[in-house]
Amino acid sequence: MIRMTFWILGALLLGGIVHLSTVLAMPQAATQDAYSRLARVVPVNKVLPIAAPTGQDPIMPFMDPAFAVAVCRYDLSQGTLKFIAPVSQAYTSVTFYTRKSVAYYAINDRAAGRRTIELDLMTLQQHALLPPQEDVTNADRLIIESPTTTGLIVIRALAPEPGLMTMARRTVADARCRVEPLPQ
Amino acid sequence: MRLFFGSCFTLLLAAAIGLGATWLTLTRGVAFGALRIGAWTAWPRSGSVDIDPYARAIIARSGELPIGTGDGVAFYARTDDVGKDLDGRCTFVLSGMTPPARYWTLTLYDPEGRMVANAIDRHGFTSAEIMRDVGGRFAISVGPRARPGNWLPSGGIEQYVLVLRLYDTPIGVASMTSREGPMPAIVRKDCS
Repeated sequence: MIRMTFWILGALLLGGIVHLSTVLAMPQAATQDAYSRLARVVPVNKVLPIAAPTGQDPIMPFMDPAFAVAVCRYDLSQGTLKFIAPVSQAYTSVTFYTRKSVAYYAINDRAAGRRTIELDLMTLQQHALLPPQEDVTNADRLIIESPTTTGLIVIRALAPEPGLMTMARRTVADARCRVEPLPQ
Repeated sequence: MRLFFGSCFTLLLAAAIGLGATWLTLTRGVAFGALRIGAWTAWPRSGSVDIDPYARAIIARSGELPIGTGDGVAFYARTDDVGKDLDGRCTFVLSGMTPPARYWTLTLYDPEGRMVANAIDRHGFTSAEIMRDVGGRFAISVGPRARPGNWLPSGGIEQYVLVLRLYDTPIGVASMTSREGPMPAIVRKDCS
């Protein structure tokens, strides 16, 4: 009986380890995460508008149908990224996700305070290599550090009424992302 | 021999417990730092780098992109105020106020996060298009049959999820208390 209790206790302990390791391994093992889904349609370092989630099989679950969405799937291995997005009349936001769908930075039109949202995206190493004076002189230059080399930039523009969807779509389609090669 | 059977039993039981617990937590949507107001639940930390491993695993599995903390916060409701499932064959009424936000949207999904097909092609409302009374309060009927006023068709499906997204809002960013905001009440009316 005592022996049986030990076996069960051992099983519980091992089960806990199995549980924690499978939860931690899930993001690495997932083949249907947002990045993998978008990688099938969105080219690298280009902005592509995403179809509205009206059909039975949307590209991602739980998309907000009131928003026009465009995605830039970035890869910083060849250089830093310059990102420019115009701001619509209603509400526009730009969210940055790592390769594993973690939102590490988000900015909206009001926080940007201008007619366009303009920023530079780079890895920590690329930021460290940046000449220091350049960082100081361009005080209004917004630099975002990406924790991963690849990831997603998602531009969302709200259509407060269905009639304004065309305007919102135009706004997100005008966003640009462009790689600036590393200085040799 | 006894040792061999004992080890086999332990390993099998461990695998069952471990995988079972993982499956349960990921399908039930267990994550830390939940903010509950009435029938509504939000996970404000899921939109930041402070996201916990459970929320990370849930997102990796479902394929959705969480709304970023600087963008807004999403509240999910799977039941009404007394805990009954949101059944598409019944009429539920959402009424009251929403917390301060520049815009909000309300959307109806099936449990897998897809839109529900309906004749008038309406899947939700935005704060700009909703009809309100003089006091700024609103009521939305969610049900299978057309209603006067704000009607959100449920398509008659067995179960659905309502998502209220608040954009450019102070909710969930600094404080994490449930007394923060007046969220709309969800009350079941009649069933067909």
